[in-house]
Amino acid sequence: MGIPGDEILSRVATGDGHGENTSYFDGWKAYDNDPFHPIHNPNGVIQMGLAENQLCLDLMRDWIRKNPQASICTKEGVSEFEAIANFQDYHGLPDFRKAIAKFMEKARGGRARFDPERIVMSGGATGAQETIAFCLANPGDAFLIPTPYYPAFDRDFRWRTGVQLLPIRCHSHDNFKITEAELAAAYRKARDSKIRVKGILITNPSNPLGTTMDRETLRTLVRFANEERIHLVCDEIFSGTVFDGPEYVSVAEILQEDPSTCDGDLIHIVYSLSKDLGVPGFRVGIIYSYNDAVVSCARRMSSFGLVSTQTQLLLASMLGDDDFTTDLLAESRRRLMHRHRAFTAGLEGVGIRCLQSNAGLFCWMSLKPLLKDATAEGEAELWRVIVNEVKLNISPGSSFHCTEPGWFRACFANMDEETMETALRRIRTFVRRANDAATAAKTKKRWDTSLRLSLPRRFEEMTVLTPRLMSPRSPLVQAAT
Amino acid sequence: MNQMLLSRKAACNIHGQDSSYFLGWQEYEKNPYDPITNPTGIIQMGLAENQLCFDLIESWLENHPDPAAFKKDGALLFRELALFQDYHGLPAFKRALAKYMGEVRGNKVAFDPNRLVLTAGATSANETLMFCLAEPGEAFLLPTPYYPGFDRDLKWRTGAEIVPIHCSSSNGFRITKPALEAAYQDAQKRSLRVKGVLVTNPSNPLGTTLTRHELDILVDFVVSKDIHLISDEIYSGTNFDSPGFISIAEATKDRNNVSHRIHIVCSLSKDLGLPGFRVGAIYSENEAVVSAATKMSSFGMVSSQTQYLLAALLSDKEFTDKYLLENQKRLKERHDMLVEGLRRIGIGCLKGSAALFCWVDMRHLLKSNTFKGEMELWKKIVYQVGLNISPGSSCHCDEPGWFRVCFANMSEDTLTLAMQRLKSFVDSGDCGSNHDSGHQRPRKTFLTKWVLRLSSTDRKSER
Repeated sequence: MGIPGDEILSRVATGDGHGENTSYFDGWKAYDNDPFHPIHNPNGVIQMGLAENQLCLDLMRDWIRKNPQASICTKEGVSEFEAIANFQDYHGLPDFRKAIAKFMEKARGGRARFDPERIVMSGGATGAQETIAFCLANPGDAFLIPTPYYPAFDRDFRWRTGVQLLPIRCHSHDNFKITEAELAAAYRKARDSKIRVKGILITNPSNPLGTTMDRETLRTLVRFANEERIHLVCDEIFSGTVFDGPEYVSVAEILQEDPSTCDGDLIHIVYSLSKDLGVPGFRVGIIYSYNDAVVSCARRMSSFGLVSTQTQLLLASMLGDDDFTTDLLAESRRRLMHRHRAFTAGLEGVGIRCLQSNAGLFCWMSLKPLLKDATAEGEAELWRVIVNEVKLNISPGSSFHCTEPGWFRACFANMDEETMETALRRIRTFVRRANDAATAAKTKKRWDTSLRLSLPRRFEEMTVLTPRLMSPRSPLVQAAT
Repeated sequence: MNQMLLSRKAACNIHGQDSSYFLGWQEYEKNPYDPITNPTGIIQMGLAENQLCFDLIESWLENHPDPAAFKKDGALLFRELALFQDYHGLPAFKRALAKYMGEVRGNKVAFDPNRLVLTAGATSANETLMFCLAEPGEAFLLPTPYYPGFDRDLKWRTGAEIVPIHCSSSNGFRITKPALEAAYQDAQKRSLRVKGVLVTNPSNPLGTTLTRHELDILVDFVVSKDIHLISDEIYSGTNFDSPGFISIAEATKDRNNVSHRIHIVCSLSKDLGLPGFRVGAIYSENEAVVSAATKMSSFGMVSSQTQYLLAALLSDKEFTDKYLLENQKRLKERHDMLVEGLRRIGIGCLKGSAALFCWVDMRHLLKSNTFKGEMELWKKIVYQVGLNISPGSSCHCDEPGWFRVCFANMSEDTLTLAMQRLKSFVDSGDCGSNHDSGHQRPRKTFLTKWVLRLSSTDRKSER
């Protein structure tokens, strides 16, 4: 790709390891070029590819209004300005660490305890993942990761570290759960290729699935890590977004319930406030490790991405307000559940099925019936139509390394209700037109068959489905809008 | 602890935090001076912070309540800021930062906001540039002495190497062409491919600014070797005296075809004294560097809350004009106070005109003209005298006996006390000065080349 001046740069700088040339980001670009706005651009692309939580910012805004002392820059708080602006200790403000630990406990219903001394800052979860990789693995080493997974892990975990990510395949017939068989297979495959596996990376609750991991699977992973003496890194960034049963189980609880099951030196949690609180702009990433050497090393590395003390102070105050955080978490869950139900019901109304989920800011939906071909190309084609013609930026499963084509992640918490309704309307229109086209094509086929015209193979392969589902191979998908 | 569990990077020592630079900090942390609660504690003179002008910023905040409280024209912007995670940064902030950078350089050059990459402090900026410009095992040349943190920032996770450009007190630690060439040769001998030169201007730990001549030979050198030049200009706003600060941007503005190899690092930690806010930036005319570095900034971005506040602060020209002038004035006063205080004890400094510290010559106080002697003296100064100053060896200085002493991170009273303590120590003769007269001669012949202010009584103790 030669940008002027790139001949004298490193391979890391000129390569594609940042991952921004993938489809995950293409959709973003389409959105950036034509962003939806209810008044100024009602036909623009609706952003459903960004897992942001915008549902409770009003509650935090109100808190800030009532608590001017939490800002060092207000009349009430300026007396702290000098001390805060000057504080660059990478341990972070003690109150900040305490508040984070307390909040993490609360998000887990008090079922886990967190020691503020183990709280290490990083430049968002992005920075946390990279730092953990730097601490635990050498270039060429690998981590196993269940598919589908958050696309940017390829950048965060691998780009500058040289560490590999190898998939543990998960399948829809298992509801994408991790099985012992697949875990063992992935591990064996790596070993056979002479690749050194240093650990397993999971996201719980899962992105993109929106599901929480059951206790048994977590125990299996912990046991496996312990037996093979490899690390288990648990990205719990969505832990505060669990809006429904089954109850969330953090890896912290597994360790706590029976410390003898696993060597704590192998267990590490990555956390952030970007999803639970919806403050990605504040860049608050946290590494919580049960391994003292990792805490020490990660803390030194945190110099490369500390949280602004202005932000630490604000959040220490906000998250230190017990009543507020209790109410916030409860209200956040309620609003997420409401939004999730409205969205998934809307999809069901046109025959689109989502994986049953109880957390996260998105749903994992199956658009297999809408695929022309049940292949990666078929998925890509459908996706292009949805982005460019239906004008919804949803994320194709392939960008999450999903092995089965036709799955898409759609975010629902980064918009207001009206926009969500607009998105659902567009989906309904799209699906209905496609169904009508499929029906018309089917009718046409009968006529054509009776006229004995030779048709392209794809028409002959069309299957008849219920009126609510579209033909998976309809050539009219492109003409649907 | 089973070290095999962790990476090599985790287990190694390159982060340098076992060095004396950081050990001195640790000692200070255990026993920090406080005028009331711990008057015999250790005075921190090893931390290059600027605490002289907070009042100016505080009064600006009091007069501009809106940006402080996330407001714009009264409306709360909390939501927009909370969600803003675009690594291109807040446009208003980059515009304000570019404007401020120009002002700091006397408006002799203008900076384009689109060529700025925001990072979490200069620490992150320097590491990011290394990732962009060097493969693991490749090297950058750095003039000695240099900031101890570079060993961590430039080498630790990147795998890059630092090869020193040896500078000596014989010419005031100036960078020379032969020294550059020699460093390049050293790298070749070590089979290290050189990707660039990194200079800090104004210099840490010297407190001097690069001359136009030095800047020219640096640019000629990197052009001839087809390599990069990184200019860490984080102290640019702390220039308080003549000869004045010349940015690499100014030195190259009339030269063709060099801008793609020049990269500037800046930060608000020193000028404005805001290290807690983690505001750093890379400035480059090289599109590919800006592009790659921007993507890498995902690993350490500036909090949107902080960007918003500082956008308002820095775009206020009345404030920045006043601040820069007042900052310079106060720094000069404090600097002169330290220099005079040392002079009275018979201790000289390299003549400095910028930054937050002096490069102090204590060679005459060494028991032996060795780094062992320097360490012995340093330990006495930390533990007996109660001053955390930074030994030259931690800055990779070639000659023992030089120390970096910070002056802008304490009150006048504390500085006075520090000088009193040092005076008692020197007067007591406990330091053990250098009896070997053979070592004295060479130093005195270079008196004309740099200022060593000694009173006649002090000259006697020197022997």
